[in-house]
Amino acid sequence: MYLGLILDMTHDGLGDRSAVTIDGRTVDHAELAERSWAASARFLELGVPSVVYLGTNHIAFPVALFGAAGAGIPFIPLNYRLGADQLATQLDAHPGSFVIYEGEPPVSATPGRSAERQAFVDSLDTVGAEPPSPPDPDATCLLLYTSGTTAAPKAAVLRHRHLMSYLLGTVEFAGADEDEVSLVSVPPYHVAGVANLLSNLYAGRRIIYIDRFDPQVWLGIVRDEKVTQAMVVPTMLAQIVDHLREADDADTPSLRTLSYGGARMPEPVLHRALELFSTTGFVNAYGLTETSSTIALLGPDEHRAAFDSDDPVARARLGSVGRLVPGVEIEVRDDGGGVLEVGRPGLVFLRGDQISGEYAGVALLEEDGWFPTRDRGWIDEDGYVFIEGRADDTIIRGGENIAPAEIEDVLLSHDGIVDAVVVGLPDDQWGQRLVAVVVPGEGAATDAEELRALVRARLRSSKTPEAVEFWPELPRTDTGKLLRRVVVSRLSGA
Amino acid sequence: MELKAGTQLKSVVGTTEVVVIRAPDHPVTLTSGGAPLVGRDEDVPTGEVQAGSEGSVLLGKRYVDAAGSVEVLCTKPGDGALAIDGEPLEVKSAKPLPSSD
Repeated sequence: MYLGLILDMTHDGLGDRSAVTIDGRTVDHAELAERSWAASARFLELGVPSVVYLGTNHIAFPVALFGAAGAGIPFIPLNYRLGADQLATQLDAHPGSFVIYEGEPPVSATPGRSAERQAFVDSLDTVGAEPPSPPDPDATCLLLYTSGTTAAPKAAVLRHRHLMSYLLGTVEFAGADEDEVSLVSVPPYHVAGVANLLSNLYAGRRIIYIDRFDPQVWLGIVRDEKVTQAMVVPTMLAQIVDHLREADDADTPSLRTLSYGGARMPEPVLHRALELFSTTGFVNAYGLTETSSTIALLGPDEHRAAFDSDDPVARARLGSVGRLVPGVEIEVRDDGGGVLEVGRPGLVFLRGDQISGEYAGVALLEEDGWFPTRDRGWIDEDGYVFIEGRADDTIIRGGENIAPAEIEDVLLSHDGIVDAVVVGLPDDQWGQRLVAVVVPGEGAATDAEELRALVRARLRSSKTPEAVEFWPELPRTDTGKLLRRVVVSRLSGA
Repeated sequence: MELKAGTQLKSVVGTTEVVVIRAPDHPVTLTSGGAPLVGRDEDVPTGEVQAGSEGSVLLGKRYVDAAGSVEVLCTKPGDGALAIDGEPLEVKSAKPLPSSD
């Protein structure tokens, strides 16, 4: 199934409804579709093999994405914040591409095959623009570089059929009310940014883009534009909650749904957010780049039921990523490949039409379609999925598998700690030893001994960090993922 | 006709176009207004909606048979109800998921 089909539908069915607002300018569905069709014609005429997008959110992002889709060539949004060397490597991997950029052109860009993003959109003539003939649904639609928290980033391949399967399985066409507005602050190079765009367009929900996230700006737009839906990554929610630290209420009555994902949400941030946004429904969305975004959801009622409950089992669900979306199956296996029963943690495998599990040139899917996520997790008896973290992050101390998340949660429960990470360092006696790095809050008074005693009391001595370091901040990606390997190398170098 | 997921078809009695989302493993006859659908790019003479096959096909709705073996998505609306081997297709009522995006 070809992604551009949804433009044919939104063009005909939602034509004069507002589609996207950026920098105060709004484009309707008809104009978006026509500019995208004109972009397809341009790319076909030039015969380029792919389209690279290098910039923040802008109307050029959907136009270039759908333009490439209609031309049957991959769309490649790159992380504009990467260092010059890394960016050059990624650009070099896609020679001959049409490059759409923000600000100054990259060094490798050639005239005729590159354009500044606004100039690109303005150069597309919508008069007489027609939908292109559908390309092969098996064609590559999107190349997305994974965030590379555990290894060098690699390009995940998402084909038209994967994205369409996600969309048709989870979103109802024109299902949004006319007054619905979604505030999007995830970047174009993140799978959530792409999924967000497609879902909101297909649902008929107007999208407002924030160029660069700032909690005060975000709150201002939610209030002024009467935003009904918003998606943030955990670090953004932490900043919003921190910005509102003197407030009793977020004062955002229009906000019906606040969804989050992309990294692990610290429990104290979620608790505070549930108090501040007391009339808003919270949605936790779990997915990977390789799974065309969301594969499991914890919905608004489930959040409130867990938050309001005194029962520890029910309350624990706040830390769950919810239940699977339609069309996706899950298995949890042990290290030997045996399928584990309910409640036992192991390696998470997923299967479904939206799951690609493919990287440039390499398919990771097993013969019967299962994809090894390399996440560790478990499922409870009602089908709620709990993710402990990346398998690569698991610390093996004296033969015992230890998920750092469990210890990090205990450290974060201390009032004086705003961020925490636990890593394993090489150890002659134990194989690995546990070291914690914490970020103390302003004016907080605590020390290593107090924190170690806290962990020992809640967990057990084998899970108690041997050392606790205090840092002003932890290294994270732009979308809030913790860079554990950077922590390890800094600790090893010290 | 042999249906395949991703195939785009059109009605000959109206403006309806659909895309096949789920196809059965055996050949079937998919009709709109009583007349078989044809490939989107085929040039064929148009016809009339047959008595007993009236109805509208709505943009963006998904249509399924009772057994759930066939599912199509309407990409252009039109007149002439959809049916598979004479059995009318019904609008699939999707359980709405909370917006995660």
